[in-house]
Amino acid sequence: MALFGIFSKKKKEKLDKGLKKTKENVFKKLTRAVAGKSKVDDNFLDNLEEILISSDIGIDTTLKIIDRLEARVAKDKYFGINGLNKMLKDEIAGLLSENQSIENTNNWNSNNTNDPYVIMIVGVNGVGKTTTIGKLAHQFKKDGKKVYLGAADTFRAAAVEQLDIWAKRAGVPIVKQKTGADPAAVAFDTLKSAKTNNADIVIIDTAGRLHNKKHLMDELSKIKRVMKKIVPNAPHEILLILDGSTGQNAFEQAKQFTKATEVNAIAVTKLDGTAKGGVVIGISDQFKIPVKYIGIGEQIRDLQVFNKKEFVDSLFK
Amino acid sequence: MFDNLSSKLEQSFRLIKGHGRITEINIAEALKNVRRALLNADVGFEIARDFTNKVKEKAIGENVLKSVHPKQQIIKIVHDELTKLMGGEQVGINTTGDPAVILVTGLQGSGKTTFSAKLAYLLKNKKNKSVMLVAGDVYRPAAIEQLKILAQQINVPVYAEDWNKNPVKISKSAISDAKLKGIDVVIIDTAGRLAIDKKMMREISNIKKAVTPQETLFVVDAMTGQDAVNTAKEFNNILNFDGVVLTKLDGDTRGGAALSVRTVVKKPIKFVGVGEKIEALDVFYPKRMADRILGMGDIVSFVEKAQEQIDEDDMRILQRRLSKNQFDFNDFLKQLRQIKKMGNIKDLVGMIPGMKKIVKDTDINEDVFKNIEAIILSMTPEERENPKIINGSRRQRIAKGSGTNMQEVNRLIKQFADTRKIMQKYSGGNKMTKAMRNKRRNKWKRRRK
Ligand SMILES: Nc1nc2c(ncn2[C@@H]2O[C@H](COP(=O)(O)OP(=O)(O)OP(=O)(O)O)[C@@H](O)[C@H]2O)c(=O)[nH]1
Ligand SMILES: Nc1nc2c(ncn2[C@@H]2O[C@H](COP(=O)(O)OP(=O)(O)OP(=O)(O)O)[C@@H](O)[C@H]2O)c(=O)[nH]1
Ligand SMILES: [Mg+2]
Ligand SMILES: [Mg+2]
Repeated sequence: MALFGIFSKKKKEKLDKGLKKTKENVFKKLTRAVAGKSKVDDNFLDNLEEILISSDIGIDTTLKIIDRLEARVAKDKYFGINGLNKMLKDEIAGLLSENQSIENTNNWNSNNTNDPYVIMIVGVNGVGKTTTIGKLAHQFKKDGKKVYLGAADTFRAAAVEQLDIWAKRAGVPIVKQKTGADPAAVAFDTLKSAKTNNADIVIIDTAGRLHNKKHLMDELSKIKRVMKKIVPNAPHEILLILDGSTGQNAFEQAKQFTKATEVNAIAVTKLDGTAKGGVVIGISDQFKIPVKYIGIGEQIRDLQVFNKKEFVDSLFK
Repeated sequence: MFDNLSSKLEQSFRLIKGHGRITEINIAEALKNVRRALLNADVGFEIARDFTNKVKEKAIGENVLKSVHPKQQIIKIVHDELTKLMGGEQVGINTTGDPAVILVTGLQGSGKTTFSAKLAYLLKNKKNKSVMLVAGDVYRPAAIEQLKILAQQINVPVYAEDWNKNPVKISKSAISDAKLKGIDVVIIDTAGRLAIDKKMMREISNIKKAVTPQETLFVVDAMTGQDAVNTAKEFNNILNFDGVVLTKLDGDTRGGAALSVRTVVKKPIKFVGVGEKIEALDVFYPKRMADRILGMGDIVSFVEKAQEQIDEDDMRILQRRLSKNQFDFNDFLKQLRQIKKMGNIKDLVGMIPGMKKIVKDTDINEDVFKNIEAIILSMTPEERENPKIINGSRRQRIAKGSGTNMQEVNRLIKQFADTRKIMQKYSGGNKMTKAMRNKRRNKWKRRRK
């Protein structure tokens, strides 16, 4: 798939820069812990625990990783920090790998009807939904796709104006109504226009909402339902946006949004900061939802296809 | 995701069943659970470790090993220490100045713009101040528009220069303008920025120097994980801010970031955001936050009270009846009398985690209980055991017999049905029952000594 092919090399530097600070830390600590030792001792495990938990990986997943590592070390031998590091990376990647294949999940043009491929964006407040839509629209457009945006966040002040600016930046049409309008009606209109105009991809923005608010979660289910009236399989993709600096609450977000809308892809934003977004490892492992994109800045090009290996590398290099 | 600390500690001490004595190992295990609870609540790694060590010292100092209720005592130590760390007194903001300037800063999407508007609303309506909002975010698409819309909703003027890309100059001009207009408080909204973004951090530092604010506030999302430590530290190094605003507390996050930030920068948390609406701003309650991080409601005091009052054998029988859905008006009456013994009912009910929400609307007052008793006493034994048979004519008879009216009888029968539902829902993880179990065990332990 050519799409996003340009990403990896250029953007990696930026991701690395953000992660650098903590990376040095990690490396120093681990090296100190293993130096001159021939087996995984408690000191090493303590350090590893600190590193993993400080990346928001969470206790349960951390214990899982440590268990796997210990089992592996008991079986295979490792040689110094490098061997151990590689094992560790393998084990973490293992948690992501069972369900991390971008090539397979990026199936939006295998859509064989004439209907557009519909992506619905969901997530809690302020995580970067609208910004991610701008970035995606830009990439899809560059890849020659005809993209439509739907401004179904009719709640937050200036949410429509914000998406409107992103639509202009990306050079794609937007369907919108006034603030306060029924979001399901906006989504409906968007799909209708998109279909009439033979669009390839539709991206629907939704208002940020905390997952413990039932009426707001019900509203999402409704938006989803209404879209089916125009495109029976819509939404093909429900992309949950997680803020990379969020801690363990992201689990509950994944759980509740999945319950309300059957999330089938995740994007992690703000990884250009010092936060490492480790919580997605556990989420991916537990809910079997692939991480598709990462956000690494506020500009239109600051989006990267998630690469499991790079992600794990960045934690331990 | 994670059971509350109380039940985890219960587990730690269950290990010793059969030994009749609590050992150092159990304490260590308990402390491990404390640490886990903190980490699961997103308290920073090192902070959780230091905290646990402190609790350990206290536990040894107070000789928890010898106490009859080691679990409760540890919970209490944890709770007290946490509350202390959260800051004892509530700290307000300084709004005296000509004008007073409040600078609002933080990471992207943390809730700065929303908070700025909320604060403006609060100062205007509760403190009778004239307020001006300043659009200092010149980067985010539609940031200025967002602030303008919010300001319009609360009828507060906004100072914005749509063409100007220099927030330092904008802020300065805004203050001159405010002076001219005799405005009391100027609130400057700024763009979200990462602590490692040197250029943007220099910018915010320059804004601060230019406007010399009475209050610089750091806005942080309550859902933030381990990074809260880094970010708060960096922002504080550069801005030496005066206080913290914790947003999105209306979610279900434990909010351990609050503890991280407090510990790292030692600045008071001055406000909490509890919703998207303009009124959804609250002052900070340290004790509540401590409870929340530990995930235990006011369970501490509830356990203490309940243990003093409730007869454990009765509770066991009740538990069985509840789970079999045999709970009837006889049980109801018994419960009622027992609860009455415990004191202020409203307070007690509020202590049960989750209960507060359920009973919020049903205003409980002690007088009502007298009538309830009378109504139940006017039922026949058959009716008490099998409330389903209480039809219209029976209700009339009961109303007359109890000196109440149909309305009250109907309400009670409905309340009973609801209670039964609630109780059943809670009977699985019923805190009272746990308390009972614990008490039973303690009694048993004492007997063995
Ligand atoms: N540094 C950084 N900032 C980001 C990234 N993605 C989004 N942001 C910023 O985060 C803030 C919130 O982004 P929005 O796109 O408005 O978030 P949202 O989820 O649509 O917010 P609501 O609609 O209010 O729930 C903005 O300031 C964005 O510029 C990212 O990958 N890195
Ligand atoms: N549920 C809830 N949402 C909040 C709260 N405070 C802010 N929000 C929401 O969080 C999102 C981001 O809020 P903003 O005020 O735009 O955040 P900001 O820090 O100004 O964002 P940037 O300017 O992009 O950095 C919006 O959707 C707000 O409605 C809160 O206390 N509770
Ligand atoms: Mg948005
Ligand atoms: Mg803002």
